[in-house]
Amino acid sequence: MNIHEYQAKEMFREFGVNVLEGVHCKSVEEAIEAYDSLGSKIVAVKSQIHAGGRGKGILYDPYSGEEVMKGGVKIAFSRGDVQEFSKNICGNKLVTKQTGPSGKIVTNMYVESGCDIDHEFYLAILVDRDRKSVLVMASTEGGVDIEEVAEKTPEAIHKIWADPSNGLAMDDCESLSKSLGITGDSAKELVNMIESLYRMFLERDCSMIEINPLVRTKDGTMIALDAKVSLDENANFRHPWREEVRDLSEEEDVEIRANDLGLSYVKLDGNIGCLVNGAGLAMASMDVIKLYGGEPANFLDIGGGATLESITAAFQIILEDENVEGILVNIFGGIIRCDMVARSVIEASKEIGLDVPLVVRFSGTNNEEGKAILDGSDISIHTVSSLSEGARKIVECIGGGV
Amino acid sequence: MAIWVDEDSKVLIQGITGKQGTFHGTRMLRYNTNVVGGVTPGKGGQKIDLEGNEVPVFNTMSEAVSQTGADVSAIYVPARFAAGAIHEAAEAFNENGGGLIVCITEGIPTLDMIKAVDKVKQYDGVRLIGPNCPGIISPGFDGGCKVGIMPAFIHKKGRIGIVSKSGTLTYEAVAQTMSVNEGQTTCVGIGGDPVSGTGFIDCLEAFENDPETVAVVMIGEIGGSAEEDAAEWVKENMSKPVVGFVAGSTAPPGKRMGHAGAIISGGKGTASEKFVAFEKAGIYVARDPSEIGRVLVGALTDAGLRET
Repeated sequence: MNIHEYQAKEMFREFGVNVLEGVHCKSVEEAIEAYDSLGSKIVAVKSQIHAGGRGKGILYDPYSGEEVMKGGVKIAFSRGDVQEFSKNICGNKLVTKQTGPSGKIVTNMYVESGCDIDHEFYLAILVDRDRKSVLVMASTEGGVDIEEVAEKTPEAIHKIWADPSNGLAMDDCESLSKSLGITGDSAKELVNMIESLYRMFLERDCSMIEINPLVRTKDGTMIALDAKVSLDENANFRHPWREEVRDLSEEEDVEIRANDLGLSYVKLDGNIGCLVNGAGLAMASMDVIKLYGGEPANFLDIGGGATLESITAAFQIILEDENVEGILVNIFGGIIRCDMVARSVIEASKEIGLDVPLVVRFSGTNNEEGKAILDGSDISIHTVSSLSEGARKIVECIGGGV
Repeated sequence: MAIWVDEDSKVLIQGITGKQGTFHGTRMLRYNTNVVGGVTPGKGGQKIDLEGNEVPVFNTMSEAVSQTGADVSAIYVPARFAAGAIHEAAEAFNENGGGLIVCITEGIPTLDMIKAVDKVKQYDGVRLIGPNCPGIISPGFDGGCKVGIMPAFIHKKGRIGIVSKSGTLTYEAVAQTMSVNEGQTTCVGIGGDPVSGTGFIDCLEAFENDPETVAVVMIGEIGGSAEEDAAEWVKENMSKPVVGFVAGSTAPPGKRMGHAGAIISGGKGTASEKFVAFEKAGIYVARDPSEIGRVLVGALTDAGLRET
């Protein structure tokens, strides 16, 4: 789960991490008020969406599709600038490298004081899967994509790891700061900042904190100029406050609904819907459809606790996607029994009128019974015995493939 | 022989009086797994009836292990208590000559797992499989040892080792070996979480050292670099043939595909990179899981272990 920059910075303030003064706004009027209250000659007007690459993004009118402004983060030198920029941002669609062509409608803005930048760094805290510990990663090259830095100048990236029981070592933090060429009071500030961020990472169950750029100002102060925070959803149970910072408009409506039903759904661009049990098998089903010349329309794992209701809802969700021309059901029964799934398929087809070709592959628990139920029903279903046969069949049914 | 569990393993169930614990405990017993007891705090001293088998319940893992001599534990407790259950099991096994912890539970916070894995690492004789996995099964002649939630009936004792990050895809791999008339020594589901215990390399090493295993099927998925590391290990150390598949070739970047760890981030962790690593390491690659059986036959034939 991601949160907005303005929310992340509020959290930073709580943990004593240096940020500039700023105000969260939802309209042009609020943005102008914010400018007046900040008393800073220069301010940044920042679009608040969860995707990165906002600065280099482009804003479009969501209705006409016309380009409105280049840059989702603008530096304003006057009240007039703030008015113009916030008008161009608010309610318009921001397309960045990470949003995909459909972009995101911006409804939240952040108006923030300016500062005199001496140098831009990069700082992140994340989970290192290989070392099974928390990693602090920093670079002298801030303000650019870290992936790019990793590729072109890997020597600019420095890393330290926290010990799972003893946490971060002071010495490591100091040497990290030294490797970045940060000295004197700025170094002390950075070490404090890393410690505060690490404490926040643990206490708030983050999965990533990324500050790009982290800046040293002309007077040597270290400031988090940007803030990207992701939270580990597995820890939601011990953080009830998350309900309040969650921005549902940032999540795909259908993915939220699926989630509430115990389904795991991700929409893709193809035309063959998939209904599968298990995440690995669901991915493999998509892969095999593609291998035989089709394009999967979605990832869908019905989970181990699927019921007649959730399977019916799963069909509904698949069919809401108007690109879907056929559906492949691939079940390897373990806890889930194929006969139960078969009955659900029939129920669903009666209830919502399945009018696209349907190919069903059953294996595992009660697969024979499941197949018999489908073969004995009056709805048109192709039953097959292997995944590749299923993928070939559904591709053939919709008249595609190689 | 098999790896880590066999018909002599004495198995405890943590969370035995819960719905999941009772349900799967019963199925483990049906497969002739030697379930010697269970743990539910506050219910110690009771007996639980699993289809006519009376199994003792203990308050703590320490009591349970010392009184039953168990060397394996299956964890079916809810996510918020699961990491605690791992700590408790690790301490109990460490005091009693070591053991294997199999954590089935899904949805454990990553920071809890970092601590739990670190704890287990401090004890030489203790191993953790999972979390968020189907478990481990070693088929025997009459049932076998099943520690987890997999459908037992699809397995048969044989000579192929299976290791996988995914649940149902493991079953698919099992079915594929059966389709070419091969059985399994042991099947291990290592789980799809970002931080977990036993990894691919631990399993490959154990299969390499197991005299009964002649070949291994390895199923990976997008995210992280465990598959690449495993491929490197295979290249350097493995004398037995390995067949590999990676799920998620069609997964879009930046989207979590069901498993918490299955995500392509910053362009890293893609299926195509992993397939390339497999091929470079001499692993027999199946691009379609329905082809695993056929590819396995090829691998066994090349190694002189089978005549097509």
